[in-house]
Order: sequence, then C-alpha cells, then structure tokens
Amino acid sequence: MSEQITIEKSLRDWWSKVKAGQVGALPAILGLVVLCLVFGSMSSVFLTPGNFANLLTQAAAVTVIAMGLIFVLLLGEIDLSAGYAAGVCGAILVIMITEMDYAWYIAFPVSILGGVVLGAFIGYLVAQLKIPSFVVTLATFLAFQGLLLLLVGEGGTIRIEDPVILAVENKNLSVSASWIFFFVTAGAYVLSGLWKFSKRRRAGLVDSLFKFWVIKTIGLIVIGVAATSALTVERSNNPELVSLRGIPYVVPVILVLLVGATFVLTRTSYGLHIYAVGGNAEAARRAGINVKMVRITAFMICSGFAAVAGMIFVSRANSISPTTGGSSTLLYAVGAAVIGGTSLFGGKGKVSDAILGGLVVAVIDNGMALLGYPAGIKFMVTGAVLLISATIDAVSRRGASAG
Amino acid sequence: MASPLLSLRKINKSFGPVHVLKNVDFDAYAGKVTALVGDNGAGKSTLIKCIAGIYTPETGEFIFEGNKVTIAGPRDATALGIEIVYQDLALCDNLDIVHNMFLGREEKSGITLNESTMESMAKKTLDGLSVRTVKSIRQKVASLSGGQRQTVAIARAVLWNSKVVILDEPTAALGVAQTEQVLKLVRQLADNGLAVIVISHNLNDVFQVADNIAAMYLGTMAAQVEKNSVTQNDVVRLITTGSSDAIAGAKK
Ligand SMILES: Nc1ncnc2c1ncn2[C@@H]1O[C@H](COP(=O)(O)OP(=O)(O)OP(=O)(O)O)[C@@H](O)[C@H]1O
Ligand SMILES: [Mg+2]
Repeated sequence: MSEQITIEKSLRDWWSKVKAGQVGALPAILGLVVLCLVFGSMSSVFLTPGNFANLLTQAAAVTVIAMGLIFVLLLGEIDLSAGYAAGVCGAILVIMITEMDYAWYIAFPVSILGGVVLGAFIGYLVAQLKIPSFVVTLATFLAFQGLLLLLVGEGGTIRIEDPVILAVENKNLSVSASWIFFFVTAGAYVLSGLWKFSKRRRAGLVDSLFKFWVIKTIGLIVIGVAATSALTVERSNNPELVSLRGIPYVVPVILVLLVGATFVLTRTSYGLHIYAVGGNAEAARRAGINVKMVRITAFMICSGFAAVAGMIFVSRANSISPTTGGSSTLLYAVGAAVIGGTSLFGGKGKVSDAILGGLVVAVIDNGMALLGYPAGIKFMVTGAVLLISATIDAVSRRGASAG
Repeated sequence: MASPLLSLRKINKSFGPVHVLKNVDFDAYAGKVTALVGDNGAGKSTLIKCIAGIYTPETGEFIFEGNKVTIAGPRDATALGIEIVYQDLALCDNLDIVHNMFLGREEKSGITLNESTMESMAKKTLDGLSVRTVKSIRQKVASLSGGQRQTVAIARAVLWNSKVVILDEPTAALGVAQTEQVLKLVRQLADNGLAVIVISHNLNDVFQVADNIAAMYLGTMAAQVEKNSVTQNDVVRLITTGSSDAIAGAKK
C-alpha cells in the first residue's frame, strides 16, 4: 500500500516539475514516437533493421556537434561555426593521415587539439573582449569555411583509407560484442544509479524520485534490448557475400562521449559552475566563480566535440571536401539540442538532449527521404519542429518565472 | 555593553573628488542586530562594501574581536567570517536551494560533488534558522517566493559559521507576511550569536528587529544609539538633519 503511495508521489513530483517549466525530455520522446509511427505506417522500409542502423550512422555527426554545443548553449551563448570547425578538424585528420602518413592515433588527437585551439580563440574573444558570441562565431563561421577551403583545395576532395577511421561509420561490433556492450552499459547504468540512491539513503536523505528512476531504467533497458536485437539481425541483402550485423562502432563512441560529458556537467563543480553562469552570471561572479574561465573552456569543449564530429563525417564520406560540416549541419545541430530540451536562453539542458534531438532530426530527414519528399519539404518540416521546440522552451520558461 | 565584535574607526572613502565616507565610526556586537539607517546617498551601501572588502577605505581602522585587521579584498572579509547578503540577492534561478547555498564553495569528494554532504549541511542550516516554509531543498530557486529566496540567501551567508552577516535592505521588495518572516529570521541570526547588520529605510522594521541603530547623514555617522533610548522621531531627525543634540542616548 505504501508502495502505491510512493509511486504516485514520485509521479506527482515529476509532473509538478513538468509544469514548473522543467518539461525535460517528454516532448522530444513523444515527438520521436509519433514520427516513428507515422513514417513506419507510410513506408515499408522505415522500421527495418537496415534503416535503423542507417539512421544511427546518419545522426551521429550532428549529434556529436550538438553535444558540444550544449556546453555553450547552457551559458546562453551560441557557436555558429561548430559545423565548419568539424570540417577544419576533419581536414587536419585526413591531411595528416593521407598526405603526411601519420597513424590515426596521432592524427586524431592532433585534430581534436586543433578544435580546442579554435574554441579557445572564440572563447577568448567572447569572454575577454566581450564581443557577443553570435557575432564572433558568425565571423569564425566564414573564416573556418575559408580555412577548410584552403586546406582541402577548391573543388577537390581528399580521400582517406585508414581502416580504423573508416570503421567508425562503416563497420559493426560482432553480434556477441554487441550484446556484451549492451549488458556492460546497462549494468553500469543500473549499478551507478543504485549506488547513488543507497549513498543518499545512508546519509539519511529521502528520495521520492527513486520509483521514477526504476520505471525509467526499466524503460531504457527494454529499449536497449529491442535496439540491440534489431541491430544484431542480419541486414545484408546478400549475407553469403557480405554479412552486415551488429551495433555500428559509432554508437559506443557516442556513448563514451555522452557518459563523459554528462559526468562533467552533473557530478563536478565545473559543471555546476556552467549552469550557474548560464543562470545568473553576476551571482556566479560574486560566488567567486571564474566566469571568464568557464566561458572560454565551454567554447573549447564545444569545438573539441566538433573535431570528433569531423572524424565521423570523414569516416562516413570516406573523404573530406570543402563543404564538410557546411550547409545545414550547424542548424541541424542547434535544432537537435533545442528539440531535445536544451534552452537557448541558457542555464537549462543536458547532454542527452543532443541524442534525443539528434534522433528526431535524423528521423525526419531519413523518413521524408524514404517517402520521396523533396529536400525543400524536408527543411520546412524540420524548421517547423524546431519552432515547436523553441515555443515549448519559451512557454515553459515563462511558466517557471511566473511560478 | 560588551565590547563590539567589529569596530570601524575614522573610516574615510572617496570616489575621485567625492568624499563619500567622512571619519565614520561604527560598531557591531555579537548577538545583536545593528540597523544602519540614513537617507538615499548617505553612504550606507558604501560603508558595508568597505566592511565586505569590495572597497578599500583610504584611511581608518578595522578592529575585529579586539585585534586590528586589514580587509583588502572580499577574501579577507570571508576569511574573518563576514558575509554579505546583497539587495538583489544574486541567486541562480536554475539551480536548486542546496547548489545555490554552496555555489563557489562546493563540498567535494575527489573530483565529484559530494551531494549528500551538501544536502545534509544545507538542511541543518535551514533547520537551525527554524525555516520550515520550503517544501524540498532540492527545488529550483525559480519556484520560490521572494521571502523564501531571501531565506536562501541568508542561509547561504550563515552556512560557513560566519560571525558577521550584513543584509542590504532585506525586506524592501516583500509583502507584510514575508517581511514578518524575514525579520524573524534576522532576529534568529542574532539570537544564534551572530553580529547582524541590517540596512533599512523602514523604521517600523528597524524598531521591531534592531538592538542598536546607527544613523548616517551625508557621509558622516550622525549617531549610533541603543534602540530603547530613542523614539522613531529622534531617528527621523537624525536621518534628516544629522543632529543628535536632543538625544540622550547618543554617544557621538
Ligand atoms: N562607485 C561610485 N563612484 C562614485 N560615487 C559613488 C560610487 N558609489 C557611491 N557613490 C556616491 O556615494 C554616495 C553614497 O552612496 P551609497 O550608495 O553608499 O548610499 P546609500 O546610503 O546606500 O543610499 P541608498 O539608500 O540610496 O542605497 C552617493 O552620493 C553616491 O553617488
Ligand atoms: Mg544603498
């Protein structure tokens, strides 16, 4: 009986959070479910394992850029040049490997370092010289585009043949490795959650959210089992010739980034300071936080993530071109973060928002292409979804300050 | 009266040619609420910013617990146990009560935040202040009322075993009930043994909560008196004319 009450209470707590403007992931999850149902009913291909794997690799680069952007968005800033930062870092990677014969494990860290330097430059201009990030990154958007063009050469593309880099977007974990990956991930998630709650209990702190966590965890595990099952099914048209099954390598790559970035934002004082600066920079300053350092490092992290996205772009295309990371990349990444629930006003958001939003953006992209809609319609629908998310953000924000 | 916890002697502070504080003396006592009153521009905020280390006076002495000290920056003030609650509170709406109370001075184990320690300490502090109005200390500050926010800001200031707490117009934006609640909290701080300094323009509040009243007039300390030795009219006269002639208790 008391069980009943606590479940009810945790649901009620959660609902009051939703109403207080902390709507969290709910709209994006609902949107994702609705989109999948709609596309699944209209296209026979959409809900196949092959398309699912395709969707994940398609969403990967934009999602990673969005994960980095969230650090900047949390401060109420923006980085419009993150897409081309990915392009520039991808170019560094390809040039070092293809033209200079460096191993991937040298070239990849160097390309990330390159991204971090670009971010430090942006962050310095924003934090030290107090130029609005919108203006700074509009300028670097152009500048990085030019830099990419100079590195790659006009009209040219540079191919990459490194098997490790190519594997990220084109190869899969073996079936047994896929299941091991699932069990290790799920086990670590459950254990870390239980550990957290037991620590709180030992400290004598009550938690009405525990039951909610249990429900959420069961839901995630069900989704995980379903996804792993789908991905370990044979999806090659010609299995005798080439077998195609298992979780794409890019999935564990993204998971590592997700866990690392979430740890930094939710468990360390640096993460707390990012939220504080985004919520009230003056209060953060008076509390003794080095606001400038927080701003500069957030831009460095953002561009560092962009460098990883650059590697994913290169892996997917087998090459770098002067348009890598261009066109709608950045807009999709910002869209992914906002659709996932990160606020453009700063102070609110999670790294996992990027995953959820990135999936929504990729589902629209993928589903509408399967249905044969022209790119024009696709952009308009994505724009409309972004607008809906921004509206939810603005309205829930008003709800929060009114309450 | 016992000797003061904090004494300021002959403090002078100028901004360029503007001489804002002129030979100001001021005392604050442990366990007492000292109200700092004065008209707009009298120099109240400037004086407390000198105490908090935000401004450094050109001349003058600080005596803390009987010893001469120098307060050259906010860190010196904090190290002495002097905390200030600003008029605009400076809280982060998007963080919960615990995180606001510990912001900039988080409890850590290794590189991770020690959430349970922070939560327990925050709870103990709020309980010690007899605060019962907040539902959950994990609730975001955005969802709190003005009085509750003021409470969080005050709790933040007393979390660190501070000895002096300065409040700049803590009730200025509050309604009747919440003003009452905050004044009770101010009284509680003093009863817990802290030296409390309150800036206020509301003489009713001052007479309700203060033990001593320090009145400033155009950058000078017109008088610092015990509340029981004066009437509201005396204080109004001090504030408007700076003259303490008619007041028996004045020890100018
Ligand atoms: N940074 C500054 N530079 C120049 N003048 C200043 C500065 N700060 C304060 N002043 C001047 O010092 C005088 C005292 O200001 P202060 O803010 O201390 O007054 P106050 O008593 O707090 O007034 P109020 O009740 O309006 O808050 C005013 O004349 C003000 O113009
Ligand atoms: Mg003032």
